[in-house]
Amino acid sequence: MMKTLSEKIARFGLAFALSVASATLVAAPASAAEEGAQATPHYPLVKPPQEPWSFAGVFGRFDTAQLQRGYQVYKEVCAACHSMDLMSFRNLAQPGGPHFTEAQAKTVAESFQVQDGPNDEGDMFERPARLSDRFPAPFPNHQAAAAANNGKAPPDLSLMAKARAVERGFPWFVLDIFTQYQEGGPDYIHGLLTGYKEPPAGTEVGPGLHYNVGFASGSAIAMAPPLSDGQVTYSDGSPETVDQYSRDVSAFLMWTAEPHLDARKRIGFQVILFLIVFAGLLYFAKKKIWARVAH
Amino acid sequence: MSGPSTYQPQNGFLKWFESRLPLGGLIHSSFIVFPNPRNLNYWWTFGGILAFMLVAQILTGVVLVMHYTPHTSLAFTSVEGIMRDVNYGWLLRYLHANGASMFFIAVYIHIFRGLYYGSYKAPREVLWILGMIIFLLMMATGFMGYVLPWGQMSFWGATVITNLFSAIPIVGETIVTWLWGGFAVDNPTLNRFFSLHYLLPFMIAGVVVLHIWALHVPGSNNPTGVSVKSSQDTLPFHPYFTVKDALGLVVFLIVFMWFVFYLPNFMGHADNYIPADPLVTPAHIVPEWYFLPFYAILRSVPDKLGGVIAMFGAIAVLFVVPWLDTSKVRSANFRPLYRQFFWILVLVSIGLGYLGSRPAEGGYVIASRILTIYYFAHFLVILPLLGLFEKPKPLPASITESVLGKGAANVTAGAPAAPQTK
Repeated sequence: MMKTLSEKIARFGLAFALSVASATLVAAPASAAEEGAQATPHYPLVKPPQEPWSFAGVFGRFDTAQLQRGYQVYKEVCAACHSMDLMSFRNLAQPGGPHFTEAQAKTVAESFQVQDGPNDEGDMFERPARLSDRFPAPFPNHQAAAAANNGKAPPDLSLMAKARAVERGFPWFVLDIFTQYQEGGPDYIHGLLTGYKEPPAGTEVGPGLHYNVGFASGSAIAMAPPLSDGQVTYSDGSPETVDQYSRDVSAFLMWTAEPHLDARKRIGFQVILFLIVFAGLLYFAKKKIWARVAH
Repeated sequence: MSGPSTYQPQNGFLKWFESRLPLGGLIHSSFIVFPNPRNLNYWWTFGGILAFMLVAQILTGVVLVMHYTPHTSLAFTSVEGIMRDVNYGWLLRYLHANGASMFFIAVYIHIFRGLYYGSYKAPREVLWILGMIIFLLMMATGFMGYVLPWGQMSFWGATVITNLFSAIPIVGETIVTWLWGGFAVDNPTLNRFFSLHYLLPFMIAGVVVLHIWALHVPGSNNPTGVSVKSSQDTLPFHPYFTVKDALGLVVFLIVFMWFVFYLPNFMGHADNYIPADPLVTPAHIVPEWYFLPFYAILRSVPDKLGGVIAMFGAIAVLFVVPWLDTSKVRSANFRPLYRQFFWILVLVSIGLGYLGSRPAEGGYVIASRILTIYYFAHFLVILPLLGLFEKPKPLPASITESVLGKGAANVTAGAPAAPQTK
């Protein structure tokens, strides 16, 4: 008697727990559906497509030629408004980057004038940049940058490729662990730079804003379309299209955000290979030692 | 750690040293000849993994501090300096940041292993409570460490979490001002978090010593939950468990290194690569993933003070699990109902973690409320009642019998030789 009663109670408890679990599973997607029905759409309007980056995956490496083209696009277009505070000219010549020679990087540096000082007379003076100098910012300070750009200073680009992400959602964020998807940043930048479209009829775009389906915080962005076909002249015969420019500059920004990516992936392969061999040896050592006792 | 040591130093210097400080004997009896149940499975390797992770975090952390500047105007750039200009600085930082996540993965597995096999039950209650104290210290350390890079999520996470204390009636605001060292999260806050982030790991190390001490008095629990009855039930720590722990650790390291080298930012937030800006609030402020279940519980209660109480209560309830569980049987292997409820609790905890990462709106809130109620019901209602109503399966007479089958287990029941009284 007591036994059947206890079993009944326990079964009821289990049924309750299962119903709680299933209720939760139903409730969560329901809320997502609710959101979909609401007036506020999810941004970006178009999820950034996944591009086949050369630096993706276990054996990913930066494409030197692409980084050089990307630097050209950055220098001729982006640098007019955006700073790049964390990069120095010496970085252009370091391994795993655009691989300019030191002489080339020096020439690039010397084409910029930077302020130095004070000198022995107490005066500030201008001199050509050296390898050790940071990339000069286009505006003297944050306020000046904001004043020249409709009240919103263009963000620094050094870490842009790691500082932006579009939510992956379930189950993608789990699968990403196995596929090693870490290129959400450059995908987003590429999606944004190629996301300027004609607004659909009936869509109001505020003054000073530009309709963009790749923008993560709304349907319109303050930045005017920066790229147009043929704007930058490539010397290596690569197509001079917005798509190509945007791809190249996104790769370049991934490098500025993660300048040691090549070394990281190279060392990582060696480390994991070593650990797998080590684990194999330990497995057989364990087997041999435990063979002495019944288990 | 108890009884006369069987350690016999051969070397003259070691003999001289041993008679003055019996350190060799302590190591010998704790990690060489220490008797472990022979049936420990790989879930038991996480204790060693956690010890390794603590040492690894301290070592990488000490080197990172040599290059880090704890000031609001320099913290972010000094971290980027580590990433760019310090030799292998990127490796040190990614090891440390991902190491924190792996530390929590290991500790959650370790805690759930304890819950499954009833490792908290007599005579291991103090061992369990010391473990919970370590868990609390880890949470404080992890939270403060995430503030140090002074990115957007660092700043706003610190603001949200410290603001929780303002829910305390009457003195709340005063306490928050005291925690901040000012009227907002600013340089004094960063400095004290840095100081405490460096201090707490050494406090963890201290409690870990107590945790291991408290483990070595009754000895390890085991998958059957049946106590060690004779020396036949055990094997010496070395070489049997050193090699097994080493294999577990290296497999764990493969996963760890997979993240460090190939997915170093997977468990972080993109927003933390934007320097902290008190004037710009991120769209979604989310804590690190390992706090998400507790964050979901916090937000599931409509009242601020109630939410804070529920969140801390969710941890507090774990401290008293040894007394909430009324079953005499330790291992869930022999508790058919508890085993099912255990897996439901695992799913509920993962569900709460997912909900903690969602915005607090609509169905997500309803779902977190249901799961929060279930979480507490598991510990406060199900656990005490199960012990009274559940009919456990028959237990094996001894560990040896469970390993070798009935025939081989000719254990002399009359002469128990528990490891602690060897």
